[in-house]
Amino acid sequence: MASVCFYFQVHQPWRVKRFRIFDIGNGNKYFDDQSATNLNNEKIFRKVAEKSYLPANAVMLSLLKHHPEFRVSYSLSGVFMEQMESFGPDVLDSFRRLVDTGRAELLSETYYHSLSFLYSREEFAEQVKLHRIKVHSLFGVTPKVFRNTELIFSNEVAQVAAELGYIGILAEGADHVLGWRSPNFLYTPKGAGGIKLMLKNYKLSDDIAFRFGSRSWAEYPLTAPKFSQWVNAINGNGNVVNLFMDYETFGEHQWEDTGIFKFLESLPREILRHPDNDFVTVSEAAERYEPVSELDIPHYVSWADTERDLSAWLSNDIQHDAIGKLYALEGEVKKSGNRRIVEDWRRLTTSDHFYYMCTKWWNDGDVHKYFNPYESPYDAFISYMNVLEDLKLRLHAPA
Amino acid sequence: MALRVLMFGWEFPPRSSGGLGVACFGLSRALAQEGVKVRFVLPKRMDPDVTYMDFSFADVPDIIATGVNSLLYPYVTEGSYLSSYYAVGGGMYGSSLFEEVLLYASKAADIARTSSFDIIHAHDWLSFLAGLEAKRVSGKPLVVHVHATEYDRSGGTSANPRVFEIEKKGMQEADKVIAVSSWTKHIIVEKYGISPDKVEVVHNGVETHDFKPLPSNLDALKRAGKKIILFHGRITLQKGPDYFVRTAKRVLEYCPEALFIVSGIGDMLPQMIRETVALGISDKVFFVGALWDEERDRVYQAADVVMMPSVSEPFGIVPLEALANGAPVLISKQSGVAEVLSHALKSDFWDIDEMANQIVVMLRNDSLKETLRKNGGKEVETITWSKAAQKLLGVYQSLVPQFA
Repeated sequence: MASVCFYFQVHQPWRVKRFRIFDIGNGNKYFDDQSATNLNNEKIFRKVAEKSYLPANAVMLSLLKHHPEFRVSYSLSGVFMEQMESFGPDVLDSFRRLVDTGRAELLSETYYHSLSFLYSREEFAEQVKLHRIKVHSLFGVTPKVFRNTELIFSNEVAQVAAELGYIGILAEGADHVLGWRSPNFLYTPKGAGGIKLMLKNYKLSDDIAFRFGSRSWAEYPLTAPKFSQWVNAINGNGNVVNLFMDYETFGEHQWEDTGIFKFLESLPREILRHPDNDFVTVSEAAERYEPVSELDIPHYVSWADTERDLSAWLSNDIQHDAIGKLYALEGEVKKSGNRRIVEDWRRLTTSDHFYYMCTKWWNDGDVHKYFNPYESPYDAFISYMNVLEDLKLRLHAPA
Repeated sequence: MALRVLMFGWEFPPRSSGGLGVACFGLSRALAQEGVKVRFVLPKRMDPDVTYMDFSFADVPDIIATGVNSLLYPYVTEGSYLSSYYAVGGGMYGSSLFEEVLLYASKAADIARTSSFDIIHAHDWLSFLAGLEAKRVSGKPLVVHVHATEYDRSGGTSANPRVFEIEKKGMQEADKVIAVSSWTKHIIVEKYGISPDKVEVVHNGVETHDFKPLPSNLDALKRAGKKIILFHGRITLQKGPDYFVRTAKRVLEYCPEALFIVSGIGDMLPQMIRETVALGISDKVFFVGALWDEERDRVYQAADVVMMPSVSEPFGIVPLEALANGAPVLISKQSGVAEVLSHALKSDFWDIDEMANQIVVMLRNDSLKETLRKNGGKEVETITWSKAAQKLLGVYQSLVPQFA
């Protein structure tokens, strides 16, 4: 039996607008850029909605209608859900229709898509709770499986997720974690009370997410029958094929003209041609399959970059400085009891802010550059630090 | 047999007065290392009875140099030429800058007649006519190298039409034009009407091994918590010294501990001094004259940031030197070096608020300074003269195929 488990990450950060020293202390907002640049959150949201979310959700809904066996799982970050409410009621509506089928499952994560697990367990727990509340209020469901920001994972993350009552957790099936083992089975992380660990099959996931439209790839063009053959090959050697990727893969990272939507439309039919294949949501996988062994992952792994570590967010002095100064304000921010200050501070915990400050490979014009709405990592840092200064002033302002 | 170049260039450091001499030195040395035989011709004031004379540089013995008795020097203008002309009492020299440029060209023709070479290479307009004369008498291909155009020097306005004409003629009649950046190539194509196919971009470089850590001469200031922002360059329109001074005023509103050092001389010096007085910051901006070599490197090493707010900078070697000395840089987007340097703060030269914003955040957060220093320091190591020389050699070989 090979069960295909699709999990898509759906996230949009609140990008910090260009904020200069002259803007500090003048009552300026942080996330309301109205320019034609990529710092304009509404503009980006609408662009991605039209290119990706709406057409992809339409395909998913039709797949769910035509294939009773089809399953899909999503993790929607809290800040994405906020932006849906502000900028995309049509997008919210389309996700609701998916969830209402009962075969599209939602996961838990930190509301602010943050690195809080690394800096404040208290804040982490609060953000997970806020996210559960938000998911329930918008969709009426309660997630059973947890995924941490950017699949950042270690034994300890699993322990905490288990304590919070989750039955499963996701991680990257990185080579240095798995060694000779296969990502196509479930495992139990060491010392985490039996919570089930599902590992991304990065080879097959990245074939879709990264290589699909690449003409220089030996397997180009990737067709649904070909991909299904690769899935079939796992039959007998594994229980579940975890295809984890950003939802923006459809239409935004891989443009429509690559044929990505057509591929998606025909994939379930092709997969289901093999009588032993089916689809599962993350919680169905956790409930159906038993772990084959314990896995000891003492150090953090993530799904980012080739390093699969924390270096996309935390590898240079400006990133460490910015996040250190942010969390140093946590106590004061919470003590202030000012709801707007707390919300602004939390929006600044989103991992993307630190990703934009990454200088690794900056001169190579790679994926970091593509995803950076700022002219440089240094510009990202400058606006962010000015915003923190402004936040400090607000904290110390007489009530 | 090695490829032989007859190169018309400018005084090597330490006696150079700007990036042109630095570039000539860096390129010739790297070309020599690639096995190219360089005869380096340069104007040099000599005894009245000498027309030209061979000598060799102590630092680079494999380059033969030929000094031509002339009053030309880099960045000379019609006015400054006349001052030197009267200072030496006229004599054998041309009575105007343009006459001297023609005289230099005729002496170049003599040298070309009596020496053997495979290709001619001339640096900037003052030597373009020399290059053309050498081409005329020898029939060898000519490469002209554009380090700056009259368009840059005049800040886009009031270009000297005679200089412009010589530049244009040189580029038209050359077999290949080298531009120090895509920024400059664009000007060459747009303003001088040269076909883009004829223009090759060869970015300048820096040799990081030329710099070594030196004891600071600004320790007392640093210990007192002062932050140092350095401008190193000619104090002339093209380099944007006025934007530097106005940025200083803005930064000081937020960081009173900042000090601004201007290393350089130039026609706008009196105006700049007056402006710091008018802005009330004359106690924070120090005009220290043109620093060179170790003295310059010491200030680079003490600087918290080196700023190059050029209005139109064909390349800009200063930021590379600064990074090689461990100083982070803020460069104008209107510069060629911005094309090859990614680990730098960048701004439009006119955006004083943005430059002040970047500097203040850097002075307040050491992490920004450190990240720019470290990453920029690594990056300059890849921007080398040897890379430039290899690209240049490719251009030579395309013109003299028997050496390919």
